[in-house]
Amino acid sequence: MQLIVDGKSHEVDVEDDMPLLWVLRDELGIKGVKYGCGVAACGACTVHIDGVAVRSCQTPVSDVDGAVTTIEGLGQPQALHAVQEAWVEHQVAQCGYCQSGQIMQAASLLSEIKMPSDAEIDEAMSGNLCRCGTYPRIRAAVKTAAAKMQEV
Amino acid sequence: MGKVGKIARRTFLFGAVAVAGGVAFGVYKVRTPYENPLKDGLAEGDATFNPWVVITEKQITLITPHGDKGQGVAHAQAALIAEELDVEFGQFQIDFGKPDKAYWNRALAGDGAPFMATDESFTAEATRSFMGGMIKLLGMQITGGSTAMPDSFDKLREAGAVARETLKLVASKMSGVPVAQLKTAKGAVVLPDGIELAYRALAKEAAQVEPVTEVKLREPSEWRMIGKPMQRLDMVAKSTGTLDYGIDVDVEGMVHAAVMCNPRQGGALNGYDASAAEGMRGVQKVVEVNGGVAVVADNTWRAIQAVQAIDFDWGEAPYPAEQDGHWQAIEASLNDDQLDKEWRNEGDVTAALAGGKAIEAAYRVPYVAHAPLEPLNATVLVEDDKVTVWTGHQIPRMLQDQVARVTGHSSEQIDLVNHFMGGSFGHRLEFKHVELAAEIANQMRGTPVKLTYSREEDFAHDFPRHIGMARGSGAVKDGKVTAMDLQVAMPSVVGSQMGRAGMNVPGPDMQIAAGAWNNPYGLENFRMRAYRVPELAPVSSWRSVGASAGGFFFDSLLDELIHEAGADPLEERIRLMQHDVSRKVLETVGEMSNWGSPLGPNKGRGVAFVESFGVPTAEVIEVTNTAEGITIDKVWVAADVGTVIDPVNFENLVQGGVIFALGHAMNSEITYSDGMAQQANYWDAEGMRLKQCPEIMVRGLENGDQVRGIGEPPVPPAAPALANAIFAATGQRIRELPLYHHIDFA
Repeated sequence: MQLIVDGKSHEVDVEDDMPLLWVLRDELGIKGVKYGCGVAACGACTVHIDGVAVRSCQTPVSDVDGAVTTIEGLGQPQALHAVQEAWVEHQVAQCGYCQSGQIMQAASLLSEIKMPSDAEIDEAMSGNLCRCGTYPRIRAAVKTAAAKMQEV
Repeated sequence: MGKVGKIARRTFLFGAVAVAGGVAFGVYKVRTPYENPLKDGLAEGDATFNPWVVITEKQITLITPHGDKGQGVAHAQAALIAEELDVEFGQFQIDFGKPDKAYWNRALAGDGAPFMATDESFTAEATRSFMGGMIKLLGMQITGGSTAMPDSFDKLREAGAVARETLKLVASKMSGVPVAQLKTAKGAVVLPDGIELAYRALAKEAAQVEPVTEVKLREPSEWRMIGKPMQRLDMVAKSTGTLDYGIDVDVEGMVHAAVMCNPRQGGALNGYDASAAEGMRGVQKVVEVNGGVAVVADNTWRAIQAVQAIDFDWGEAPYPAEQDGHWQAIEASLNDDQLDKEWRNEGDVTAALAGGKAIEAAYRVPYVAHAPLEPLNATVLVEDDKVTVWTGHQIPRMLQDQVARVTGHSSEQIDLVNHFMGGSFGHRLEFKHVELAAEIANQMRGTPVKLTYSREEDFAHDFPRHIGMARGSGAVKDGKVTAMDLQVAMPSVVGSQMGRAGMNVPGPDMQIAAGAWNNPYGLENFRMRAYRVPELAPVSSWRSVGASAGGFFFDSLLDELIHEAGADPLEERIRLMQHDVSRKVLETVGEMSNWGSPLGPNKGRGVAFVESFGVPTAEVIEVTNTAEGITIDKVWVAADVGTVIDPVNFENLVQGGVIFALGHAMNSEITYSDGMAQQANYWDAEGMRLKQCPEIMVRGLENGDQVRGIGEPPVPPAAPALANAIFAATGQRIRELPLYHHIDFA
């Protein structure tokens, strides 16, 4: 089957029920997408399908019906997305393992709601677990990212 | 700190720093510096000055051997070297280095010695020094116990200074300008006329000279980096998905493995039928390992699916099958025969209590999983004369020994390529997952094997934090707490953990008493006794180790007694406090939180203080009792670490420690039924979610005279402060974690 990931087209030959997560990580070598729980309880595997955040560990590859964007397609170290810029500015990460998913979730939120309220941020981001406890910085970074995206 | 320590801080004599009081034991050997491991494999013209700095014509490399599990220690170590070496971020690369004795942990003895951190007596200092000598002889390279900064603070600044002064010496020889007239900045020696000689250009000459042996460290007023807000060097990579963790390792020809071991931990594998797994797509091999079976496939998901398709016959657990049995074993251990040690006995507790006990209560804390977000994994390639291991680990040299035992190689033949870790909280002090990867790879010599635990396997074999219980009583008089008697019983985490590594640690286990015995209060009558429970389910160090339990026991009992006395919770703690630095911490958190100001209806405020890892830490928590349950609104933290290395990272770590502790106090535990953990994934042990997260205000104090680590100390006071706040808001005293068995959280 054919997958469009981060703007590139890929032909993959896998089982229909293989989760998108493992197609991305083990078949296409896109390691920025993380495995945390396998049951959509942590959000580390979050990617976008046509701009909307989904848990790739619970998305069978045969259900993918749009273009996939991963953290690596959102921005790059030399060309950061506004959300990534805000994450660096606020020095959000500790271990960093959940942050790919946090950033993809935040980017999806901000494409839907330009200036989310505190309650909207809390609601949208609470499916993403951070075991290190960087939540105060995530909240602040989402607000900064929202402001940055208004400027452009 | 004694006189020798003070001298050592000012002037560094290479190889003779950490031997204060070392006359009691093997002075010569302890003073002998280990050979610099970086000398091996250097090309001609590459210069290494000590085990932490290599400069070549092309590159400056700083070795940061302490493992980075998210606490930012790779950055912090580099900053300490860079501070004295005069290089900027962006001018050098970092490397975790190879496991080596030269990276022995100088600070490990400080907190391992059975003396209070506030005890500066000759006996305490001499014992710490003796233990330091032992740890050096053993070459213990370990990241844990919040020791990375205490270990590194002088050592790495000295390493930077030695390299800098040696480069100046070389520049002086080349230019004819006396050393005293040379300056250094931004990776170059600067001549009086402004000409810059880049360090890299000096490398070839520097390789020919012996490093200087005496340097002077800079005064704090001269620091460019230390104490200033920093931009962590791993931040861009961690915000772009471009940082490789162990789980992301990709080696040519690598295969993927998944494993299932007996969920009744340590129980036998009686038999299995893998026929369903063998026919599954991508499956290459089914391999028996110690206590379970692994499947090797061409993809992680296929390996996990296949291993879950195996039909297993598991043996019984070597511990009580049901959770009640664990509690019974603990309760039964509170007797004289199982006294591990009486840690404190001041005044006359028996007499004080004979006059009437104000409180008599029992407290419990559960097993808790570490569950860092990166599941355990290790990639291993076994060859006849060499084994390569790719993973993130906190005890590199012991890892070599454990792998060598599995594969039959010598420890020197085990090469570890250490990685950034996706969290640990103590999980990556364990070896079992690496041993299993080695077992599989040893049966497929020549093929690199990556073993990835499924989240369910990780929970089933977490080696959680120990359970424990305490019995406490006390007396009050004239509005004051006058007596406290605390008995704590738990299995020995040190015994369990070291036992798995084949080591027997004699003597009492200080972690049974930690957080409870080492409080710097001056109660008139105080007794603290620790009881050792025979090993139950295997347990392991969990962020803040014993203090995570002991702090809850001690501070909860103290809070109850203060309430009985009718005193103010903060004022009475301040009155009892005997240690100036700790008293300042309490006063500061009171001021930050505006303690004593009126609160609205259904609100309550709680305070707790615990000293752990040498860091006095006080927290105030404010909660509201709402119709949906308790909300945690605000937290204030004051902690004294002597010197704050990076205020931004400091705040992040303190906030994270508080969130970690509160989340577990609210809703997380591991319980056993049929010998197996009943919690299999995050929905069973959720921790805190973002919407539950309070505002957390942090202040780092610098009144202590030693640099301390902040990874663990924010954890122990959080649970008792929360329980105390819930009591203040509701009148309900909860003496058992997790709290959600007794009260709802919104």
